[in-house]
Amino acid sequence: MQRVAITHVAQSPGVESKENLHDFTYQVNREVLDKAGLKRADVGCIISSSADIFHSGLSCANAFDWDGIGAFMKEGSRAEESAMSFIYACFRVLSGHFDTVLVTAAIKGSENPDNDAITPFYGDPFYLRPVGMNESVVAAMQMRQYMDRYGITEEQCAKVVVKNRGNALFNPYTHIRKRVSLEDVMSSDRIYDPLKALECAPKSDGVVSVLIASEDKAKKLTDKPVWLSGYGCSLDHFIPGDRNLLDGQLQAAAGRAYEMAGISDPRKAIDVAEVCEPYAFQELLWCEQLGFCKEGEGGKLIDSGITQMDGSLPVNPSGGVLAMNPYTSRGLYRIAEAALQLKGQAGEHQVGKKVKTALAHSTHGFGGQCHSVVILSA
Amino acid sequence: MPKEYRTIRGDVALPYKWALGKTWTRFFDGLKEEKILGTKCTQCGKVFVPARTFCPVCLSDMAEWVEVKPEGEILTWTFVSAKYYGQVKDPPYIIATIKLVGTDCGFHHFIGGVDLSDAKQVRQKLKTGTKVKAVWRPEKKAEILDIAYFAPLK
Repeated sequence: MQRVAITHVAQSPGVESKENLHDFTYQVNREVLDKAGLKRADVGCIISSSADIFHSGLSCANAFDWDGIGAFMKEGSRAEESAMSFIYACFRVLSGHFDTVLVTAAIKGSENPDNDAITPFYGDPFYLRPVGMNESVVAAMQMRQYMDRYGITEEQCAKVVVKNRGNALFNPYTHIRKRVSLEDVMSSDRIYDPLKALECAPKSDGVVSVLIASEDKAKKLTDKPVWLSGYGCSLDHFIPGDRNLLDGQLQAAAGRAYEMAGISDPRKAIDVAEVCEPYAFQELLWCEQLGFCKEGEGGKLIDSGITQMDGSLPVNPSGGVLAMNPYTSRGLYRIAEAALQLKGQAGEHQVGKKVKTALAHSTHGFGGQCHSVVILSA
Repeated sequence: MPKEYRTIRGDVALPYKWALGKTWTRFFDGLKEEKILGTKCTQCGKVFVPARTFCPVCLSDMAEWVEVKPEGEILTWTFVSAKYYGQVKDPPYIIATIKLVGTDCGFHHFIGGVDLSDAKQVRQKLKTGTKVKAVWRPEKKAEILDIAYFAPLK
């Protein structure tokens, strides 16, 4: 089968940008093309990812971004969630139609209302919206079930924030670079009890561009191609009450990705993971479902130190979504960060161990309605 | 909050008219009569509330209507003290997922009849399995909020 690789990545910092979305998008896109030594005309196809009307109050879908990413007068496509835009880009190469595809995700979280004000609109207007559902409400209910069922403690959940915000100190591209202690997290306001304010991701700006190429082209463009070796995605029911919030679709998505990559023991095979954790406890729950530990042992996993930057399976060395949450772009950021770890180009947050296989995960929807898992290898 | 750079402020408010459809029309009309209506899947036998036209598990027709007892037990809940733009009501309030008797899904609604002044006490009072009962709003509008909230049974 045709192979597909990530050749180059470029990303903006997560801090508030004073540029408008057009220019902000253009700058990162320009950077990735320059790194690859390509002109717009050399790129076969362009995929964009954003949710402009919903997360920006601008334009429709991502029509606003096409100029800045050079998608005009080209074949292109779009997805709102950026891990999906990545796989669409890979399909374009795997189909044999294009040698290079550029995928760019863009959002300026600093321009729009709080996530809690936006996410009620995920819900339907008949039932879920009037009873006050939003993403944080569902996360809080999921957290309480998780703690109740498995005896996971609030401290274990809070430790995820301490770890990820600690890692973020070494990532110049992240949003919030301020160390927090366990006590800081535990004493932060219980805004959605049992969820505390510091356990909820911020709202960030973020443009990330990833250049994807066929095997032949990738080898010409870079001496460090990062290969796609596995992918899986699965969607759950829309109404949270119709689902088991502790047994969603991540296991199914991961299972497909592992099978494709020929991985039977993810705990051993994965060298580093970038996991999408908009709420602290979700990193623990997702790690269980990714097979990094047994069901109900997410608390023990964080206690063991394995997922620390210097552990045997570092999770979110970039600082993760708890340090930077460019909403629709966050999945592609995870993929870009995993690629940088494989290239050995993550800078100060490069993990100490040799990275041969990396996992990137993305989720969106209430309580992890949709999950994507991407396995990359050197 | 004003920014250190130039911005343009704009608000977007647009009117929509969403079709309820046959099944949800009947469900909301039921609430007007203080009845919670669900539908039962002819294939898997599961009962869902609010009523559905098709089973979310089997993707088959749910032709059989059932009246569900307005009682159940709490599966999980959150005490909301966060404040945000466009919030449905002033915090604090409690939102729960409730398993109504005889149904096979969680039902999302507010919990009331609880003293909200002390979150710690609320945590002691509300548990997984706490039994609750619907409290109806006096004036009905054929809306989900015709149920004012669910209150713990004494």
